[in-house]
Order: sequence, then structure tokens, then C-alpha cells
Amino acid sequence: MSEPTATKESRLLRGVHKTVTGLHPVFESLLAGAVGLLIGALLMYIWGFNPWRAYIALFKGAFGDSYGWASSIARGTPLILTALTFSICLRAGMFNIGAEGQMMIGAIAAITIALFTLPSGIHTVVGLLIAAAAGAAWSIVPAILKITRGVSEVISTIMFNWIGRFLVIWLGIHVLVDPIRAEKTLTIPKAARFPVIVRGTDLTASVFMAVGVALIIYFVLWHTTVGYEVRAAGLNPTAARYGGIRNKRTMILAFLLGGATAGLAGAALVMGLPPSYAIFSSGMPNLTNMGFDGMAVAMVGRNHPIGILFAALFFGGLNAGGRVMQFYGSNPVPLEMVRVVMGAIVLAMSVPELIRLFPAVKKSVMNIVERIRNRRARAAQEVSE
Amino acid sequence: MNWLFLLNYSLHAMVPLTLTAVGEIVTETSGLFNIGLEGILLISAFAGAIGAEAGGPLVGLLVGMGVGGAFGLLFSIINTYWKGTQMVTGIGINLFAVGFVAFGLILLGSPGFHDVPTPAELPNIRTGMGGVSPMIFVALIVPFLIHWFLKRTRAGLMLKAAGEMPEAADVAGINVNLVRVLAAVFGASLAGLGGAYMSVGWLGSVTKDLSAGRGFIALACVVFSGLNPLLALLAGFIFAFFQGLAETLKTMPNKIIPWQFVSMLPYIVTLLVVSGAIGRVRFPKALGEPYKRE
Repeated sequence: MSEPTATKESRLLRGVHKTVTGLHPVFESLLAGAVGLLIGALLMYIWGFNPWRAYIALFKGAFGDSYGWASSIARGTPLILTALTFSICLRAGMFNIGAEGQMMIGAIAAITIALFTLPSGIHTVVGLLIAAAAGAAWSIVPAILKITRGVSEVISTIMFNWIGRFLVIWLGIHVLVDPIRAEKTLTIPKAARFPVIVRGTDLTASVFMAVGVALIIYFVLWHTTVGYEVRAAGLNPTAARYGGIRNKRTMILAFLLGGATAGLAGAALVMGLPPSYAIFSSGMPNLTNMGFDGMAVAMVGRNHPIGILFAALFFGGLNAGGRVMQFYGSNPVPLEMVRVVMGAIVLAMSVPELIRLFPAVKKSVMNIVERIRNRRARAAQEVSE
Repeated sequence: MNWLFLLNYSLHAMVPLTLTAVGEIVTETSGLFNIGLEGILLISAFAGAIGAEAGGPLVGLLVGMGVGGAFGLLFSIINTYWKGTQMVTGIGINLFAVGFVAFGLILLGSPGFHDVPTPAELPNIRTGMGGVSPMIFVALIVPFLIHWFLKRTRAGLMLKAAGEMPEAADVAGINVNLVRVLAAVFGASLAGLGGAYMSVGWLGSVTKDLSAGRGFIALACVVFSGLNPLLALLAGFIFAFFQGLAETLKTMPNKIIPWQFVSMLPYIVTLLVVSGAIGRVRFPKALGEPYKRE
């Protein structure tokens, strides 16, 4: 029997099917987001909060008006860049969890532009270049240790996060300290800052830089030979090696690119996020956790630069809305709830085929119900006999 | 330099590292790789402190173990029956723990810091070299027990089979997924014990960054040990010694080296030791891969 000829309907059907399967990752991310929010709601309920009102306050604060949108985008901007760090390396088959340290080193490197003056546009560009170079430099030792000694990048990048953190604190207190206010570093001069694009909000032109970098990374990974090699090495290192791809070179490249984007995230945080334009050496509140949050963004964005843009908007919204939520109502929910939700979302993301899990749960519950019913029926039968 | 302080500090700092590392050795032997240990340490320290305030130090330690084990259960179910990605699960646990503990600390009244009252703390044994926590002896004994378990018992062999050759283990009638779940729950509850010890016994307080990379240093201990619990004990002591050295240098009157550089020491040593240890170590063949029946 020959293959049935493709009718118009079947072709249409196949097209629909293709679209649906293409959207599958999006559905999964949405589902993971919903599961995360649900777990957050459950915890809030257990601790005696009203999750419904908290989430209404959060999402109204994040996407309710133009001010909310602007601050959501502003909070998401650095997350785009740290998410790219994680994703580039994951595409090359490595877990680079060093974005936090590379971002901090990039931020302190960007502060050095306060030491000299340049024409305004050039000053900003120089700051970005210094930050990107510093971030890349901070990622090179873990990359070399991985290649020459086989040290797991999971361990080495985490160690470098801590070393970087202490180094930045030291630089902030002793080298780049503000001569008038010792608790913070020098302030980025006005001429070198990203201009605020929506008056009265945090949103600056740094968002264009971040989106631009995401598009460039997308182009490099999907439309150049080098990018193809990086992705091939990540999919199957052995096959890539037989195919003539030099794995070590692609590893170094992925690490350097990732370090550079993390450095740019640091630059975006100090040069493009009002009001501080500096680093506060004790605790570094405006930097801490931006690298780790980026990993959550990367995973929800399916490690794709375009997906990351949407995921960063979502997580930026959570952060911006969380700030509104923590002052809302008589029993406000602390901002930290947002990170609990993030963790829960990542946990949900780690389950592949999350959608299939629900029928599986349903099936196993039905099995148990069936078994109990059978046992009861049997018992009833025995009694009647 | 105060050598007695250094030794005392090192022994106390060794406990969470060794317990976590030995637990992870059991988990990794079965074929799972849990990088969520950092978060498990943190969240069980928090839970342990709450438990201790409710029912005394021993309850606190048990609650810490229980919470650690619960996260181990979550981790292992996702990564055995649900075929999840182990790294991502671990990262999720770490993120979740950081948020949860910061959130919980605010609800306890003081953002970022919570002091465990003295009656709830695990009392130290008074000796000539200052107070010594009884948990030090636990951390010294557990590696030997695990060593014996892995080398000499049938269950230990089953664990190894699940990690080395899950297919063969499956044919031999071993329930690979169940073995892995049990191993991960055990490993995570040891980490939970270590975490609870930090808040209930050693430091007597909970902070947002209490774990301070210890979960990852414990992973480095595992790499150094090549899955030998006795070497993990040694590695735990080495890393703890450098943490103690950093603390000692910080308290010295003449601050030649800034404290920030001293604080880097344990992390730098970890890097050096791990890059020296790689090469001679062999890990289970199926480590990090979910087992799928053909």
C-alpha cells in the first residue's frame, strides 16, 4: 500500500501540529511559572498571608501602569545579561554558575571610569568595554582549570564568586572609595551614565544595550560557524570532536563570551540603574543575587536569547512588583517571597515533560482509587458469601 | 598566633563539611549528583534553629535532618522517576533556600540575622582546649561507618551497582530508582544534620549567608576524596583548617593582610586542592544520568 496522498486538510493539520509542538517549550515555561507561583501562594498561606491579595499587588505593581512596566523592564535588564552568561555556557555543555562573581567584577571595573573624563558617549562605551573585559578575564581561570585539569566548572566558578565578592569589597573600601562617603565607591559621572528614557522611572537606555547583546548572541550562536561549533560541542562533544570541532577552543570561547555578558550586567547595574550609580561596599545590595537570578531567567527562557528577553521581563516584573507588594496592605509580604517563587519555578523547570506529569499523577491516583474500590468490592463479596 | 583556637575552630568547622561530603559520597555512589547541598545546608540550619527553640537541641538536629532528607527526597524523585536534570534541580533548591531563609528571617523579626537562645543550643563538652561540640565525634565516626557500609555490606554493593551499571543492576533485580532515592535522602539528611549543627551547635545563630559556599566546598571534598569517606574526612579537616586560619588571621592585632584577602583563603585552597586531585580520581560511570529502562 502506498502512502496516503497529502490532502489539503492533512497538510493543514500537520501545520497546526507543528506550531503546537513548536510552542511546547513556551507552554512548559508558563506551566513552570504557574507551578512556582502556586508553591509561593501555598507558603504565603501557611505563614498567614493572603496570597491572592499579595499577587494582585505584585502584578498590578509590575504591569498595572506605565510606571510599573518601566520599572519591570529596568529590573529585567541586568537579568537578560546574566541569563545569557548561563545560557551560552549551557549551550556549549557547561554549567557556568559564575555569573554572580563575573558581574561584580564587571561592576567594579565599570566604576573605574569615574577616575577620568571623556566625551559623554565615548565615556559610556569605554565603561562597557572595561566591564566586559573584566568579566571575561574573571571567567578565564575556571575555563583554563576545566580544560587543563578537568576541574568541574560548577565548583571553580562558585569559588571564584566568593573570591570575586571579597575582592570587590576590598577594592570598594580601599581603592575606589568615595572620598566623602566611605561606605560606597566613587559615583559614575553623569556624562557616562545611560540616560533615563522614561522620566521619573528607573528605566534607562541600558535596556537597548542588553537587548542588543541578546540579539548579537542569538546571531552568533545560530548564524555563524563559531556558534554552530559551540552548540554542536554542547549537544554531543564526542561527535563534535570527530567532526573536527576543537572542543577546548569552543569551551574557552563560551566562557569568555559569558564572562563578557556578565561584566556588561555589572556595568548596566552601576551605569544604568538609578539612583545609586555606585557600589555600597557593605553587602552590595544593588548587585547581590543578580547573577543567580539570571540562572532562573535562563532556564525559564529555555536558554534561548529571545526566550530570555521574555523571561527577564517576567522576573523583572516579579522584582519590581515585589517592591510594591512589600508595602501593600496591613500584613505585607516581604520582598524575599519573590526569590522563593523563583526557586520553585526553577525546580519545576527541572522536570522535563512537566505537562505529562499531571496525567501521570492523575493515573496513579486513579489506580489507587481503583484498587481500594476492588478491595472493598471483594470484602463486600466475602461478607455476602 | 593562637594555635589552640585554630585547632578548636578547625574541628568545629570540619563537622558540616565532613557530614555533607560523606552524605554526598553515598548519593554520588548511587549515581546522583546533588549540587543543591548549599541550599540544603542553609534551609536545614534555619529549620534546625526553629526546631531547637521549640523542643531543645536534639529536636533541632532531628528537624534539620528531616528537612534535609525531605529536600533529598524531592531532588531524587525529580531525577529518578521524573527523569529530571540534576544540575537544574540543584540550582533550584539553592535559589529556593536563599529566598526561603531570608523570608523566614524577616518573619522571625530580624531581617538577615536570628540568634538561637542559649537554652536551645547544643551544649559543648568542657575540655582543656575550650568547649568541644559532641557533634565533632559524630563527624569523626560517621565516615568510618559509611566506609564500612560501602565496602563490606551487600546494600553498599547494590548502591555501587546502581551507580556504575544501572542496566546490570536492574537485570540483577535491584530497583535502581529506589536505591538512588534512598541514597539521596540519606545523603541530604546528613547535610541537614550538618546544617542544623551550624545553627544549633556551632554558631548559635542563623544568617542569610550562613552556608557561605560550604555546600560547594563539600562537593570539592568529594572530588578530592574520590568517593572514599575517610579521605573526605581528611579533606573536610583541611578545608576547615584554612577557614580557621582565616578566622585566626582576622583576629590578629596587626592587620598586615586585609581581612578580605584572608577570607578568600578557603576558596583559593579549595581550587588548588581540587585541581591537584583531579586525574587520579574515578567516578561512577552512570553519575549524573537518569536511568531509563530500554
